[in-house]
Amino acid sequence: MEDSGYIVEMRGIRKEFPGVQALADINFFLKRGEIHALVGENGAGKSTLIKVLTGAERPDAGVIILDGEEVTVKSPLHAQKLGISTVYQEINLCPNLTVAENILIGREPMRRGRIHWKAMNDHAQQLLERLDISIDVTQLLGSYSVAIQQMVAIARALEITSAKVLILDEPTSSLDVHETAQLFNVMRKLKSEGVAIIFITHFLDQVYEISDRITVLRNGQWMGTYETSELPRLELIAKMIGRSLTELDEMSKIKLESRKNIKGEVLLEARNLGLSGAIEPFDLDLHAGEVVGFAGLLGSGRTEISHLLFGVAKPDSGTLKLNQEIVKKFSPQASIGRGVALCPEDRKAAGIVDELTIRENIILALQAGRGWFKYLSLQQQYEMADRYIKLLNIATPSADQPVKNLSGGNQQKVILARWLATNPQLLILDEPTRGIDVGAKAEIQKLVLSLAEEGKSCVFISSELEEVLRTSHRIAVLRDRKKVTEFAGEVDEHTIIQAMAGGEA
Amino acid sequence: MNRSPKKDTSSWRAITESKLFFPLLALTLILLVDLFFVPGFFKLETKEGHLYGNLIDILRNGSTVMLLAIGMTLVIATGGVDLSVGAVMAIAASVAAIMMNPVIIGVKLPPDLLKFINDPNFTYAPLWEVIVVTLFVATICGLWNGFLVAYAKIQPMVATLILMIAGRGIAQLITNGVRIQIFYEPYAFIGSGWLILPFSLYIVAAVYLIAWFLTRKTAIGLFIESVGINARSSFFSGIDEKKIKLLAYTFCGFCAGVAGLVTSSNIRTSDANNIGLNYELDAILAVVIGGTLMSGGRFSLLASLIGALVIQATTTSMYALGVPANAVLAIKGLVVIFVILLYSEQVRGIIRRLTAHKGSLS
Repeated sequence: MEDSGYIVEMRGIRKEFPGVQALADINFFLKRGEIHALVGENGAGKSTLIKVLTGAERPDAGVIILDGEEVTVKSPLHAQKLGISTVYQEINLCPNLTVAENILIGREPMRRGRIHWKAMNDHAQQLLERLDISIDVTQLLGSYSVAIQQMVAIARALEITSAKVLILDEPTSSLDVHETAQLFNVMRKLKSEGVAIIFITHFLDQVYEISDRITVLRNGQWMGTYETSELPRLELIAKMIGRSLTELDEMSKIKLESRKNIKGEVLLEARNLGLSGAIEPFDLDLHAGEVVGFAGLLGSGRTEISHLLFGVAKPDSGTLKLNQEIVKKFSPQASIGRGVALCPEDRKAAGIVDELTIRENIILALQAGRGWFKYLSLQQQYEMADRYIKLLNIATPSADQPVKNLSGGNQQKVILARWLATNPQLLILDEPTRGIDVGAKAEIQKLVLSLAEEGKSCVFISSELEEVLRTSHRIAVLRDRKKVTEFAGEVDEHTIIQAMAGGEA
Repeated sequence: MNRSPKKDTSSWRAITESKLFFPLLALTLILLVDLFFVPGFFKLETKEGHLYGNLIDILRNGSTVMLLAIGMTLVIATGGVDLSVGAVMAIAASVAAIMMNPVIIGVKLPPDLLKFINDPNFTYAPLWEVIVVTLFVATICGLWNGFLVAYAKIQPMVATLILMIAGRGIAQLITNGVRIQIFYEPYAFIGSGWLILPFSLYIVAAVYLIAWFLTRKTAIGLFIESVGINARSSFFSGIDEKKIKLLAYTFCGFCAGVAGLVTSSNIRTSDANNIGLNYELDAILAVVIGGTLMSGGRFSLLASLIGALVIQATTTSMYALGVPANAVLAIKGLVVIFVILLYSEQVRGIIRRLTAHKGSLS
């Protein structure tokens, strides 16, 4: 191939973590002076790819060619020296130092062994002016908005080297519309100066607004690189969640069999329920024996809804009724008492208690519901643990293993067992199948349907649309922290994707 | 899943992985040193139906730290720490002393009572009242700590530092800054009486049983461990983290109150400046030697008690060996380093490799 104007070429990048193929033969080409969006759901491999490029992780295979020369990036520091700078989602700056100090910390201009404050402030001012920002650099960073802090972070990243490649990892997640526009101006300015920018974001509107090209990753696979103008939004989402638009019709049906079990009575009724900053007010009805799926991209508000229904967060508007009674106390304990259960999205942080044994993990929620003094006897605990180990096929030599020794899929089953043990009437499952193998996925989906047959009500949240379609009788679609619509009965994937994408799709 | 070809070693492994193993090993090593270098260290004598000897001394002198360690174990298991226990001991001692002899703070006694003030059978408030009120005040101190940590969300070290500093001041305020002598004999029995064994050991046993019952016969122990390991998961599982923490600190205050009673009755004074001084550190050390991580999680009350005995046995052995008093602290430090190193994963790895090597030779 001729020298094609690529500043970075990553070819055949492969990276394996114990048990997971994080990146499988990824090709990623970055042109000079382009804004290149890198998109994909959680676990798609975006951050691993960036870590490989910035030297935080070594690839198992593949080459990185920078400016026509093959390089081995040894560390993030080395990457900076090579001209690859990164601005992370959380801003790594010191709010209690001045803007100028933040930009030039560690590289302060010196005069006679002391910091030359005037030169430092002037230099910082120039750097910011390059980004069309005029602020007082002698003020504390903390006194400026998050957007400005973000720009300062960029200025700092550019100052460290004459950066050729700038990586922006979710830079807009805490910015409002106006601030985002400001950031985009800076990005366009840098682009015109020939800096290549990798832009990672979950907001598709922004992808279409600013990027020139898009690379899509899914489950560590490279799904393709496209000119932004040639990739319709619908197709982009289909690629992100892994459905090809042609195979839409073959879905559904199986779950409709269990439809007849749905009884008329309303189990849960949310009216205008909302929490500002998390989810806009929504209405929702759940019937006994019904599985309702939540479809939506990451950050669409699906997890926030589950938190409200389970009482992890308190709503600031609207009402929630369960069995015709208005819910007043919002807390996990109160929810257990009401027969509501939630398998949370983040298994490690909010699910398992890793040092405790399988038995202890399984009885934890049930015991929390019973309180301090009605302690289950050891015999009851073992009976319960053994029952669920068998029922859910948890692979373990004994119930006394610490949960941390189990694989991710088995840990997920332990959490599922924890909530089944409380015998809930409403079970909320947030990403119950993430990171587990295909067999276990099918088992969990089957379990959900059989629970519905027993007359329990389920909320099923997943980024895999196919799964939501297969298990749900009704599907609520969320977009941008808003419940946008609901589909009952026969619905095809195409329609749902359209609703998830919104806009002009 | 099936990776247990060395089944024969699993019982040995179960022993070494037990929480009691390392503290017991340390205690044994210390006593072995005594066995070889201090003749008659293990001799027990009976005088007037009381048992005496170095071993009894270790138990008796260690009882205060054992009491503190019981409460401290629960606090540390939640991921916290309580620096105020020494100061709470001082408060407890002051409350007890002032109740038995309130003249200091201006309570007017009728002249016919006043002449009995130094009589070994005189007390202003009855003994049971003294004990109940003292323990109540100490428990309130613990409740205060628990409130600051659990509900005001202040870091445990900072929250309990407040009472650590203010506590001794409060103790002095209670007694008007005076050290009150305690003459009342029945009170002195608490810390210095004997029923074949020193009476304070029965108190340790009673408090241990209460703690054991609370944590192992109810769900509280499981919840404490769960909160200490992963507070967020515990919250999502419906455990009220705040109440659990409140309980742990409150119980710790109660234990400090008992320790205050024992100490003040043993030295027969309420010395607000010195009672329980630096004891919080010994208590923390005992818990750590007992194998509970400072980050919280799994705990063993019995291992903490043995940890307290390791500390006391070191001190007693030093004196028995004739180590100069000013070297004792430094040597105590060495023992602590030794035990803590045994817990380090790196050192354990080295030991495992060494023993594995030996195994292949034989």
